[in-house]
Amino acid sequence: MSDYISHDHEHDGIDRRGFLQCMAWAGTGLLWTVSGGVLASKTLAQIAKAGEPLPATDLSFLQISDSHIGFNKDANKDVTATFQIALDRINAMPTPPSFLIHTGDITQLSKPEEFDTFDQVLKSCRTKDVFYVPGEHDVLNDGGKLYRERYLKSVEAKGSGWYSFNKNGVHFIALVNVLDLQAGGLGQLGDEQLEWLEADVKDLGTSTPIVVFAHIPLWAVYPQWGWGTSDSERGLGYLKRFGSVTVLNGHIHQVLQKIEGNITFHTAMSTAFPQPAPGTAPSPGPMKVPAEKLRSMLGLTSVQYKQGKTTLAVVDSNLS
Amino acid sequence: MALLCAISFLNLSILALAGEMKDADTTTSKQNRIEIKDFAFNPQTLTVKSGEKITWINRDEEPHTVVSVEKQFKKSTALDTDQEFTITTGAPGTYTYFCSVHPKMTGTIVVMKP
Repeated sequence: MSDYISHDHEHDGIDRRGFLQCMAWAGTGLLWTVSGGVLASKTLAQIAKAGEPLPATDLSFLQISDSHIGFNKDANKDVTATFQIALDRINAMPTPPSFLIHTGDITQLSKPEEFDTFDQVLKSCRTKDVFYVPGEHDVLNDGGKLYRERYLKSVEAKGSGWYSFNKNGVHFIALVNVLDLQAGGLGQLGDEQLEWLEADVKDLGTSTPIVVFAHIPLWAVYPQWGWGTSDSERGLGYLKRFGSVTVLNGHIHQVLQKIEGNITFHTAMSTAFPQPAPGTAPSPGPMKVPAEKLRSMLGLTSVQYKQGKTTLAVVDSNLS
Repeated sequence: MALLCAISFLNLSILALAGEMKDADTTTSKQNRIEIKDFAFNPQTLTVKSGEKITWINRDEEPHTVVSVEKQFKKSTALDTDQEFTITTGAPGTYTYFCSVHPKMTGTIVVMKP
């Protein structure tokens, strides 16, 4: 397994060892760290010792994305199996994550039986708390009604499915940018959701770490392929005053990262199939890779917050 | 049922051979087709006569939809690979449409007087 990309914009020489301990399950993988613009790699075995529990004040959670249950084309004939492998990896973590977030595209075609399969497989995960945001594949024919009934009732989501919650002093914001899309446009949050967002963070202190998650990237990854959100600037404007904002997205089935001021943008791998790097193919459709390479391009993302640090550590692990 | 379909198809073929073919179904299945491939509608602009049918077929491994921007014709459900969607065109005019899943994908239908 290879791991890569973590970051720090505290510029404090960072206690890497500490926050990587929760990634110890990754075993012999390769870890990339970026600190002060310097890229370094080490195997995880060199850095972390398995099994050391996190201090109770700290928080680790896991992002899974783009399961696409129901997809059965050449790019991956068995997406249920690779989703199961991702869950097995989570179950093998010496320190289980506090909860999971799923950043959309649970299914390929929004079919009830696809959601059923996902739910059934997910039962094998030891971590039971899961927070969801929909992808466009989850809301294809009914505007997200079925999705909201299944996954957003317990969080008392507003509007088309947005909500927020707090864990260990971190404020989490779940946004929906896959509905009511306009011809020629990108992902969209819409006025109602943006107004809610402004009000949601209004009374929070600037030292509160913020984690935003949504399906389509909230930054302009590659607008030519629709990889961006038309009104994300306005939303992010409400978050600029905070010292630490981490934005976690899916949709593009590959790891990309950008840091802008105090905001870190990060996209996760899919558990189903990879997609091409921006502009490297005629279209962003599923990318076929040799069978032995597939699992190296699927994965999940582990995030850890250490109290007292403003920055969250984000580490991606593939499934090979 | 299969037999009935086969017979009606045969009838149409005979009519077509006789040069009397008027049935819109067979005409459009050959002519007014829009292929969805690589996240694009091809052709992007299609000109038809009022009353003719248009069929979209999805050749991508990604689901797409066909939705009128001004809600001027019924929208498709999500089309999986090789699934089709057909409309019968109405009043003359220019109709723009898009894929509501990938809104960057847009197309135009120009409907002329018959």
